[in-house]
Formats: sequence, structure tokens, C-alpha cells
Amino acid sequence: MKAYETVIGLEVHVELATKTKIFCGCTTEFGGAPNTHCCPVCTGMPGTLPVLNKKVVEFAVAAGLATNCTITQNCKFDRKNYFYPDLPKAYQVSQLYLPICRDGGIEIDVNGVKKVIGIHEIHMEEDAGKLVHDEWDDCTLVDYNRCGVPLIEIVSDPDMRSAEEVIAYLEKLKLILQYLGVSDCKMQEGSLRADVNLSVREMGASEFGTRTEMKNLNSFKAIARAIEGERKRQIEVIEYGKKIVQETRRWDDNKDTSFAMRSKEDAQDYRYFPEPDLVPIEISDAWLEEVRQRQPELRDEKMARYEKEYDIPEYDAALITSSKNVADLFEATVAICKKPKEVSNWLMVETMRLLKEHEMEPENIAFSPENLAKLIALIEAGSINRTVAKEVFEVVFTDNIDPESYVKEKGLLMVNDEGALRKTIEEIVAANPQSVEDYHNGKTKAMGFLVGQTMKAMKGKADPGMINQIVMELLQ
Amino acid sequence: MVMTESKLQEGTPMTALALSAKIKAGKVKVEDVVRQQLEVIKKEDATYHCYITVWEEEALKRAREVQAEIDAGQYADSPLAGVPIAIKDNICTKGQRTTCASKMLENFRPPYNAEVIDRLEAAGAVILGKVNMDEFAMGSTTETSYFGITKNPHGVEYVPGGSSGGAAAAVAAGEAVVALGSDTGGSIRQPSSFCGVTGIKPTYGTVSRYGLIAYASSLDQIGPIGNTVADCASVLEVIAGHDAKDSTSVPTESYSYTSALVNDVKGKKIGIPKGYLGKGLEEEVKTAILRAAKVLEEQGAIVEEFDLDIVDLAIPAYYVLASAEASSNLSRYDGVKYGYRTPDFESLQELYKKTRSEGFGQEVKRRMMIGAFVLSSGYYDAYYNKALRVKALIKEGFDRAFEKYDVILGPTAPTTALKIGENLADPLKMYLGDIYTVSVNLAGLPAISLPCGKDSKGLPIGLQLIGKPFGDKDIIQVAYTFEQNDTV
Repeated sequence: MKAYETVIGLEVHVELATKTKIFCGCTTEFGGAPNTHCCPVCTGMPGTLPVLNKKVVEFAVAAGLATNCTITQNCKFDRKNYFYPDLPKAYQVSQLYLPICRDGGIEIDVNGVKKVIGIHEIHMEEDAGKLVHDEWDDCTLVDYNRCGVPLIEIVSDPDMRSAEEVIAYLEKLKLILQYLGVSDCKMQEGSLRADVNLSVREMGASEFGTRTEMKNLNSFKAIARAIEGERKRQIEVIEYGKKIVQETRRWDDNKDTSFAMRSKEDAQDYRYFPEPDLVPIEISDAWLEEVRQRQPELRDEKMARYEKEYDIPEYDAALITSSKNVADLFEATVAICKKPKEVSNWLMVETMRLLKEHEMEPENIAFSPENLAKLIALIEAGSINRTVAKEVFEVVFTDNIDPESYVKEKGLLMVNDEGALRKTIEEIVAANPQSVEDYHNGKTKAMGFLVGQTMKAMKGKADPGMINQIVMELLQ
Repeated sequence: MVMTESKLQEGTPMTALALSAKIKAGKVKVEDVVRQQLEVIKKEDATYHCYITVWEEEALKRAREVQAEIDAGQYADSPLAGVPIAIKDNICTKGQRTTCASKMLENFRPPYNAEVIDRLEAAGAVILGKVNMDEFAMGSTTETSYFGITKNPHGVEYVPGGSSGGAAAAVAAGEAVVALGSDTGGSIRQPSSFCGVTGIKPTYGTVSRYGLIAYASSLDQIGPIGNTVADCASVLEVIAGHDAKDSTSVPTESYSYTSALVNDVKGKKIGIPKGYLGKGLEEEVKTAILRAAKVLEEQGAIVEEFDLDIVDLAIPAYYVLASAEASSNLSRYDGVKYGYRTPDFESLQELYKKTRSEGFGQEVKRRMMIGAFVLSSGYYDAYYNKALRVKALIKEGFDRAFEKYDVILGPTAPTTALKIGENLADPLKMYLGDIYTVSVNLAGLPAISLPCGKDSKGLPIGLQLIGKPFGDKDIIQVAYTFEQNDTV
């Protein structure tokens, strides 16, 4: 078999974190009863007109600046016409001729090898609604809540050559967008969706092969699997002496395979033309500069600051800043308890472990910095020991409980009453003469046994230091 | 401001201004005025069929409310307090059906008012109902209405023009004091001309399009139709104004159109495009237009002919651009959400196909097909882009003309009203009738049509005055002066 090279470009749809929709005042909040987050404008009732949400332009410009794009200071919207029941106007307001950002790129790092992935363009558009099939009545219903939620589509150049590069690009993009605050990038809720354009060619060939477009990729893992699957499929087709058909394919992650949706021949003619209901967008130099000035600290800057300001190791800083949500949580918690290393440990060890266990993304961490700070304070005050703290943290993680009241309610506070503790130890020492003897015969391990018995009797709520001290005293 | 009513035919209703003055003076009750109007409609509409929906109960109820408000001292500054008005049926009225004269929207009740409706109500106007039009405003005769044709009050065998034929005929027949129409390529001016009334197509961006069911978004504009220039100026003053809900709405310095009701054109420079007097123009129309120019000249205007040589290109460019936008604007009528839905279908494709085949009339389908074609891949540059370039050239041509002239004068239409059925069979001929009106929409300019005599058949002839962008007051002043001094 010949050697092949995989060529990949991505179209990433990102839902912007504006409070209201792109052309009306409806909320963009996820969920809600069907058709409760819409109005005559976003459902395209006859006679209604769009009014552009300026925040959408600001977010698109921020994304463009952070990905080194040139901002189109005189851009406009176009209509993309097609019939589908989830698209109430039968056209999507998008940008074809003059997208807001062009010619950018971001640097990725795969196993120490750095590479720039070009960004062809970023354009603004509106989301469509969603069809829901009612099995019971055998009919299809439509929910327009998502209609008009602002999106940006980030179109990369065909610069990626492997699934690793694709994932690195997506991770980087996601971090940039999260740090900018322009999107929460939750793949499960569809606020970040990627379509993969992939072709293969013989190693060293200068022309690109025929590409396919893969849709319905709902996680980074699915993307990696889909790339591998499609690469193999295309090579097989070519090796078999056949030609790749330019088509759109739908990835089925459960079946680990893709299916052809439509070929180029039945591709729709979208009959794009300038949207006459909106005026061209003029971005002044002054406003562009304003947005530039407002750009927040991105990851690399944040990492450097953490090492310097909080005196935490590079490893910690890298892990914490790998998610904007975790970094925000870190800073907020440190601001309360002033113990950076302690906070960093809880986030890096226990939080990461629990995320894995619950198969959650860092974006979905739900506990508050206040509660983590309280937990840390309880440990510092000697009110609970670390073993108990880990148990309490699991509940903080899942239910965001207040650790102070929780430990009180559950009776987990450490017994710092020396009298009661001494009494328990005296009983244990009396009940275990063999261990006492062993200790005096030089078997120091025996002391550990007595400490363990004490802790057991105290149900873990005693200060290990104090137990040690009393056991030692009694043994002497 | 002095009103002259001498010119009005006997039996025609009084002007909006005189009427609201009378109402406010307590000489007549709003309810009586509205009741009388409804009686006229009942009597005359069997003949002319101007209305699609008459708001009998609502109008009387509203009349009583307005009367109470007037009695309480409201509407002191409104020229429309208690004035009955008819609304073209492509302007959304909350909870009241708005059909666009189409089977597609036969029972469509918008959940909101158009901005102009809110403004009219805030001024104390009383809406009588919704008037007939060409389906989705596509046509020049009101013959493409799903609800049947409207007849010209000056001769029932003649069309009233279109697409705002119901609005113009209602005013002419005394079935409304004033009316709102919409103008995409002449749809206010041409029926005003055919029906012997006055209509203004304002500068694009002057009146909010929010709630106007779109035909061609970049060209559509709502405007008034009335018996006099003063009535039209008064209605325009009420409905014009910046609206944040319409991104193409342009704030302007002054909306005081009635301040331009001044009988004076001394020193005004008026240009007549030579091309507007050439081939295709009926001789009697030409004579009337030149006579009107003479009247203005006698009042001190400087009138001269000049070359505006892009006239021929306006019609093809208009039909490409308007049809392209229409094909997109009307795609939403698919049977899924509101409006007509075919009773039997097996698949989504069939739902779309049958709903749209059955719900739209022939002229609408023709324009949507033209529009889809000119936007399609491979033809976009040859048609749509080229038409956009023509549009830019037309605008430049007018810009140059307005460096020399305050107002451009010409006919509104090449002919007087046509016989019913005469043009329907030949759409190209019908399209050519828009020759003097469409370029005004392409350039976004204001224009007014007002009566300037009749032909030998007794049919009215319309004089068109075109102004520079936001020069709406210029044309109102020249039109008013002509109206006051025209002795024929």
C-alpha cells in the first residue's frame, strides 16, 4: 500500500454567550419549554424585521482579534435560502460575501511540535430551531427556541494532517473562546459543533484529493474516531481503484461508522444575496481599538501570572488554566482563602479525579468558590481531618453543599475534647495488652495499631496528631 | 393653513383636515362620521369592491373611544383625530386578518401591529378596514387579488391600478377619507393616478416598514393616499419617524411635512426628463403633463427639459431585484407555521409543493420563479449583480439631475386607467406601464402623484413629482402649489 497523507479542515460553529438573540430581544438561555423563548421576529412572522445585536459583532470581533484575523470593517449580512421546517423564514441570515474576520491563524503544539493552523474566515449567523419527532403520535414537532441564537462559524484552512492536530486546534480554539467569554463551548449543549472536511492524497502530492464533509460530531473523542474512520475508508476506496465522491456524511458514534447524507450533485443552491433588511455594518477604528483594549487575559498570560503571583509550579498553572472555568474557580477561591497551593491541590487532584469519575467536562463544574474555601478553612482550623475532608468534598462537588453546615449536621467535626479522647485511648490500651508488650519489645508498629483502633473508635473524627501524642504518653 | 375645497367634486367626502377640525370643534361626533362612512362602504363597495375586510364593529367602538379622548382634551395637535382611514391589506393589524390579498394568508391574524398602525392609533385615526391590492403587492391593476378585482370609481370597466388599487379606489369612491398604501415600484402613485387621487411614496427609510409584509424589502415603502396634498402631508407627518425596529429606518431632521404646504414655487428649478415624454406616452397624458408644467412656470418655477438617459434600464433592473427579494421573502409561506396548508400530503416535500402551488396566484409564482432563477448559482452575476449595478447607475443619474433641479416632473404612468382584463394576459406590457415609477424606488427617492386633468374618456391623469433623497417637503410644496393654482 502507498503512503497517504490526511488533509483536514474544520468548520466550527460556536454559539455566542450573549444574553439575547442576534436579531431580537429573546433570551438565548438553553432549554425552556418548546417555543417559549421566541417572538414574532425570531419566528419570522410576516412583516417583522431584524435588528442586529451589537454584542454579537463585538464577540465576533473579539474572536477574530484573538485568532489573529483581519477585521472586515465594512461587512454585511447575506441570506442563505433553503426550505426546512426548523428555519421559519426559509432563509438563514449569514455572511457569505463579506465575513467579519478573515485570514487569521492560531498556533498549536502537538508533542512539542509547533504549527500554525490558518483561519480562512469567521462569519456571524443565526441558529435554526429544532425538530422533535413524536413517536407516540407519529408526527414531527418544531421548537423555535434556538432560532436566532447567535453563532460564529470559524472556517480553518486545510492545514491539519492528523486527529491529534485537530484535537489540539479545537482545544486551543475552545480555550481562546472561553477566555474571551464569547462562548461557554459546551459540546453537549451544542454550543460548539465541528464539521470535519477530510481528504487523503499520496504522500508528496501537491494537489488535494476529493474531500468529504463529516457532520454530527458531538465530542472530541467522536471527532478523533470519525477522522480515523474516514481516513481509512477513503484510502480503501482509492486502493480499490475507485474515486472519492464529494459528499456530506453523517457520523454515527454508536456504530463507529459514517453514512452518506447527500452528494455534491444534490447539494442545494442556497441563492445567497445581500440581506436587504439590515444595513451594512461599519466598524470604526475607534470601536475596534476599544474592543482590542477590552480583550481579557488569555491562557498563556494567565499561566505566567499564576506562577509569578501565586507562586505555584508551572505544572499546576498549566493544568488549572486548561479550562477557563477551573481558572476562574481557582482565582475566586484564592481571593477568599488566600491559599493558592492548597486550592490548586484540590482542583488538580480531587476535582480532576471526580470529573473523570462522573465523565464530566471542567465547564460543568458546579460547586462555588465559597464552598471550596470553607472546606479549606475547616481543614486549616483542624475542625476536620483530610480523610473526612475528601468525603465532604465529594458532596461539595456533586451537590455544592455548604461544608460548614454539612459537617455539623453529619457530626463529622473532629473531637478535640482531650478528656474524651484520652478516656477512649486508655480503654483501647487496656484492652490490648499484647500490643503494649510488643511495643515495649521494640515493635514500634504496634503503636500504629493502637492509633488505628482509636481512630476507628472515634469514627475518624479525631485529630491524628493528638491521638499520637496521647498513645505515646500512655505507652511510656 | 387654508384649505380650498372648491376643487373637490360634489358628494366626495370632505378632507381629513377639515373633518378633524370639525370633530374637534364639536360640530360632529366621531361615531356619526364613522357610521356614515360605513354606510357609504355598504352602498358603494358592492360596485367597486375596495375592501377585503370591513371593521364595522371595531371602527364604531374605536370611534366612541376616540370621541371620549377628544372630549378629554386629547389629540389637540393631531390632524387625524377621528378621521376614518383605510389600510392596505399587507400592513399588519393585531388580531385582525391581514391577507396580502392571497389565499396563502386568507385567515392570517398577526399578533402585532405594524409601526404605522400604532402611530395612526396614537393620533386618533379610526381604521375602517383592510383594502384590496394585487396579491402580495405584485401587479399594477389589483386584478391579481385572490379576493376579486376592484373597479375604478371613474368607470367600472376600468382597473383602479395597483397594487394599492383598493386604497386609491376607496378614497376616490368616498369609501375612506384617507388610506395607507405601499409602493415598491409605483404601487401608491400609479393607482392614485388612475383613480384621480393624490399619493406619496416617501423617501426610503422615512416610514417604518415594521409590520409591512415584505414584497421587495429594499424598495418597499408605506405612504398615504388622499384627496389632497395637504391630507397626504398630514398622514405622512403622523406615520413618518425613526423606528428602532426597522434597521433601514433613517432618522431625519424634521418630519413636519405640513410645514411645506406653501403656495409658492418662485425660483424652484424643475426638470422634465426628455425620456419621460417619448415613445409609449399617450398624447393626452403628455399634453396634460406639459400643461401642468406651464401652471408651475406661471407661478414662478424655472422649468426645463433635460436628459436622464437610464430610463430604459430601470424596468429590467427593477424586475430582477424585486423578484429576487420576493422569492426569498415569500419562501416562509410553506404551510408549516401559519397561513394556508394543503389538506393532503404524504411528505414534507409534498407539503411544500402543494401548499405553495395552491396558495399562491400566478403572478406571484411568476415573480418568485424569476427571482429564484436570477439568484441561482451561475446566473447571479449575469442578472442580480448586473441589476445592482444598474440600480447604482440610476441613483447616480438622479444625483446628477438633483445638482441642477429641486424637483423632477413627469407623468406617473404612460396611460390613463386600462380596461379590466386588458393587461393581465400580457405581463410584459403591464411591466412597461411602470416605466416612470420604478426608477424612483430603485434610487430610494420620494415622489408624489396628483391629478392634473382628465383624458377624453373622462379618466384621470396623474402628474408625478420626484424629489431628492429626503426632499419629501420639496415635492409636497410644488404639488401643493400646483393643486392651489390649477384651474382646470
